[in-house]
Amino acid sequence: MNHLDLLTFARGSALNWALMIFAAGVVLRLFEIFGLSRKPDLARPRSDSPGSGWRTMLSRSIPPQGMLKRDPVTYIGGYVFHLGLLLAIFFFAPHIEFFRSMTGLHWPNLPTALVDASVVAAIAALGVLLAHRLNNKVKRMLSGSGDYLAWAVTLLPLLTGYMAYHHLLFEYALMLSLHIFSVELLLVLLPFTKLFHTFSVFVSRWYNGDFFGRKGVAS
Amino acid sequence: MKKTQKAEVIPGSVGEGLAQRGVTRREFLKYCSSLAALLALPPSMASAMAEAISKARRQSVIWLSFQECTGCTESITRSHSPTLENLIFDLISLDYHHTLQAASGEAAEQARMQAMKDNDGKYLVIVDGSIPLGNPGYSCIAGISNHDMLVETAKGAAAIVAVGTCAAFGGLPMADPNPTGAVSVGDIIKDKPIINVPGCPPIPVVMTGVLAHFLTFGGLPEMDALGRPKSFYGDTIHDRCYRRPFYDQGKFAQSFDDEAARNGWCLFKLGCKGPVTYNACATTKWNDGTSFPIQSGHGCIGCSEPDFWDAGSFYKALSMPVSATSSMLAGAAAVGAAAGVAITWHNRSTKAAAKAAHEKVTVQDLTREVK
Amino acid sequence: MSATLAKGINSFKEVIDTPIASYFSSCVHCGLCAEACLFYNETGDAKYTPIHKLEPLRRVWKQEYTLLGKLGKMLGLSDPVTDAELTEWEPLVYDSCTMCGRCSMVCPVGNDITYMIRKMREGMSASGHAPEDMIGATARAVNIGSPMGIKWPAVQAQIKHVQAETGIEVPVDKQGADYLVLMSSMEIINFPEYLSALSRIFKQAGVSWTLAADAFEATNSGIQIGASDLAREIVSRIVVAAERLKVKCVISPECGHAFTAIRWEGPNLMGRPFGFEVKHILEVLDGLHAAGKLKTRGKDKRPLTYHDPCQIARRGGVVAQPRRLLNEVAEDFREMPDAGVMNWCCGGGGGVSANSRAEPLRLEVFKTKKRQIEATGVHTLITACANCRIVMEEGLEHYQMKVEVLGLTELLAEYLVEGE
Repeated sequence: MNHLDLLTFARGSALNWALMIFAAGVVLRLFEIFGLSRKPDLARPRSDSPGSGWRTMLSRSIPPQGMLKRDPVTYIGGYVFHLGLLLAIFFFAPHIEFFRSMTGLHWPNLPTALVDASVVAAIAALGVLLAHRLNNKVKRMLSGSGDYLAWAVTLLPLLTGYMAYHHLLFEYALMLSLHIFSVELLLVLLPFTKLFHTFSVFVSRWYNGDFFGRKGVAS
Repeated sequence: MKKTQKAEVIPGSVGEGLAQRGVTRREFLKYCSSLAALLALPPSMASAMAEAISKARRQSVIWLSFQECTGCTESITRSHSPTLENLIFDLISLDYHHTLQAASGEAAEQARMQAMKDNDGKYLVIVDGSIPLGNPGYSCIAGISNHDMLVETAKGAAAIVAVGTCAAFGGLPMADPNPTGAVSVGDIIKDKPIINVPGCPPIPVVMTGVLAHFLTFGGLPEMDALGRPKSFYGDTIHDRCYRRPFYDQGKFAQSFDDEAARNGWCLFKLGCKGPVTYNACATTKWNDGTSFPIQSGHGCIGCSEPDFWDAGSFYKALSMPVSATSSMLAGAAAVGAAAGVAITWHNRSTKAAAKAAHEKVTVQDLTREVK
Repeated sequence: MSATLAKGINSFKEVIDTPIASYFSSCVHCGLCAEACLFYNETGDAKYTPIHKLEPLRRVWKQEYTLLGKLGKMLGLSDPVTDAELTEWEPLVYDSCTMCGRCSMVCPVGNDITYMIRKMREGMSASGHAPEDMIGATARAVNIGSPMGIKWPAVQAQIKHVQAETGIEVPVDKQGADYLVLMSSMEIINFPEYLSALSRIFKQAGVSWTLAADAFEATNSGIQIGASDLAREIVSRIVVAAERLKVKCVISPECGHAFTAIRWEGPNLMGRPFGFEVKHILEVLDGLHAAGKLKTRGKDKRPLTYHDPCQIARRGGVVAQPRRLLNEVAEDFREMPDAGVMNWCCGGGGGVSANSRAEPLRLEVFKTKKRQIEATGVHTLITACANCRIVMEEGLEHYQMKVEVLGLTELLAEYLVEGE
C-alpha cells in the first residue's frame, strides 16, 4: 500500500468507521447518563433563577477567587491547551473544510501561522501538564492508565498535524495519514474515556449551577 | 574559438546527428546545462555531459505501448515548437514504436526483433500503458499479449523506463474495479533496473532528462522509494507552488471564478492535491514553461501519484472525508440511541431492583454484626 | 437486622442518578478539588482529595451503569467494592469531609462533590461503615429526640430560666402562630442566650411565634450520617408539628446542617413540598430589620469578624443578611479573607464534630480558621451556627487564642431598642 492509498484509506473507510463509532458512542453515553434520571427537587428554590445552570456552564471556565494562585500550572496550562486545541480544530482552514463537507456549515479561518503557533502552545502545555501530573502528588494519586492514555491520544493529533505541516520525519502524505489515523483513534476513544468530558462537562456544570442557583448561590 | 567549436565528430554518434541538424556546440552545451540543473547535478557536469552525449552512439530504444491513450507520446512529440527535447528523440535510434514507425505488421515486429538482436543487453525499453493480466485479448499487438511482449523485450534490455502513470503505477486502467487486471511494469519485471516517470502525461523534459542521464552515465539517476527520479519528484507541487504563500496566510479561493481565485489565492479548498503530489510541474511547467494546471486556475489532480484516480473526488479538499456523510453519522447515532435505550432499560431495572431490595433503615441497621 | 455490604452496595445503586453519572463522566483528575479542600490544604495528604473520597461509589457507577463497566464486570476485569475497602474509606467519607461544598464551587467541570458525598454516606451507613459516635448520635436523635439526648424537660427548664430573666413569656404549642421556632441541642445545652435573645427581639418586633414540645430539635443526625430513612423520621416531627400548629413559617436556628435538613432536604425526604416556609433565623431577622421592626441603638466598639457557616452561606444562600445586620450593630466589622461563599469551614461540619475519632484531625485543620481570624486582627468572632461556634471555641482554646465567639442573634439582642 503506497502513501496515497493509505491516505485514501484514512480519509475513507477508516474515517467512516471512526466517525460512526464516535457518533454512536456519544449518543450511547448520553443515554447512559440521562437514562438514570433524577428525582425532581421539591424544595422551593430561593429565587427563580432559571438561567443559573446555563450561566455556570460558562462561568465555571473562570477560576474562583484565590484558586489561580493555588495551582497556576493547572489553570494556565489548561487554558493554553484547550484554547490551542480549539483554534487548531475549528479555525484551521482545511479542518473547516472537513466540517463544511459534513454539515454544510463554514466560518472564517485563521492564518495558518497563527494556528501553527497555537498548536505549538497546546503541545507545550500538554508537556507541562504531564510533568505536573507526574510531580503533583494529588494528580499522581488520581491518575491511572486511562489518564495517560487520554493524554497520549490527545497529543498525537496535535503532534502529527504539526509534523505533517512542517514535513518532519515522514513525507507529507504518510504523515497526513498518520495525523488522520490519530484523530480517528481519538474519536473512537473519546466517548469511552475521561475525554467524554468534552460533552458531559456541560451536563455536570449545568447541574452544579442549578443546584447552587436554587439555593441562591452563584456557582 | 572556431577550433573549439569544431569538436571531433564521431560517425554514428549523437554529436554527428546534432551537427547535421545545425545545432551548434554552444546551443548544445546550454541545453546540457539546463538538463544538469534539472537533474540536480553540479553546473560543472554540463560540459562533461555534453561531451559524453556527443560521443555516445545513438541509443537503441524500443518503445512499447500497452493499455494507454497515447497521451504520453503526444506530450513528448507534440511540443509547442521544435525543441531540443524533440531533437534528442530524433537522435536516438527509436527502433520500435508502433504509433510512430512507418512499418506495420510483420515488418514492425521484425524491426523489434532485429533491434533486440543487434543491441542485446544494451538497448533501452520505454513502456507506456499498463499491462492487463486478465484476458490477454484485452490488449495485444500482432497477436502477442502485452505481458508476453514486455517479458520478451525486457530480457535483453539494459534498463526500462516506465513512462506515464499507467506504466509506472497501473494508472487509469487499474482504477477500481480494475476490469482488465491491469498492473504496472514493475509488477511484472523484477530483474531489470526500472525507472518510473509518472504523470498523466509526464513532463517532456523529465523524459529527456532521464535519457540524457542514461546516455551520460550509462545508468539511471537517483530514485525515490517509488522508483521516480528524485531530481524531478523530490518536492510536492504544493511546496513549490507560487500560490503557497496564500495557503500559509489562510487565503483560499472558494469557487473557480470568485475574486479570490482571480487574485491567485490557494486552490486547496477546491480540491487541489498539490500537497500530496510529487512532481516538477510547478517548477518546469508545461508548454515551454508557459503554465501548469494550478497557474491556469485548476487544482492539481495528483496525476503522477499511484492510485490518484481512486483517491476521492478531484474537487474535494484533502481534508474532506472521501465518503463520509452526515446521514451516515445520523445512522450511527440512531444505532447509538438504540443501544442507549437498551442500556437505559437495563440500568433502570438495576436501579428498580435496588429500590425494591431496600429495607427501611432503622437505628439497629447502622451497625455491622461483628464476625 | 444489621448493616451489610450488600445493603451498602444496594444503596449506592439506588442513589446514583443523572447528576452523579455526569459528574463521574466529567472528572478529568485535575486535582483542583484538593486545592479547595480544608483537609488537604492543612495536612497536604493526597488521600483527602475530595473526588478520591468517592472512589467506591464511582466504581459501582461504572460497573453497574456503564456499558464498558458492565462488560468489564462480566469478564471479571473490575474489582468489586469490598468491606475492607469501605472500612478504609470510612475516615475519608466521614472524618475528613464536612460537606462544606468548597470543592463543589471550584471543580472546573462542575462536579458537585458534596452532593455525591451526601449520597455516598447512604451506602456507607447502610453497610455499617459510619463512625460509632455518629451512630450513637443518630440513635439518640431517633430514640430520645435529640442527638445529645436532650428531652423536652431540659428545654422547659431553659424556658423557665429565660422567662425569669427577660420577663417575657415563651409561647409553647401556640396554634396559629406565624413562626415555629426550632433550636439545636447545642443551643439548649451551651448557648441559652439564643432563646432569650430571640424572645426579646420577637417581643419587640411583635412577632407571633411558638415552640413545639414535640418538635424543638432542629438538628438531623440522619442527614449527617447519610440515612435518609432516619432523616425522614427526624424531619417529619417538625413537619407534623408545623402542620398541626398551622404556622406560616418554620425558623431554622443558628445551626448549619439543620437548615440544610429542613430547608433543602426536608421536602425531598417527605416526598412533598411544604405548605409552610422555612427560613434561617438570619433571614427572618433581616426581614424584620428591613421592615423597620428590628431597631437597634448603639454599636459594638470591638473590632469583630464574621464566620460564614458553610451550610448557611455557600450551601444556603444566606450571605448578605448577616452583613446587613452586622453593619447595624458593629462599628468595626472586618471581613476575613475568602469570606462569603468561598469561606473556609470551621472543620466540624457534616457530623465531624460529633465524631470523637476525628478530633485530632479537626484541631489540625482548624489552623486555617486560625490564620483567617489572625488576618483580621480581631478578638471577637461572630457566627450563625452553634456547631461552628462550639468547634471554633474548642479550636481557639486548643491554640490558646483569646477570641470570644458570639452568635449573631444574641449580639443583635444586646443593642436592641426595647420597650419604646
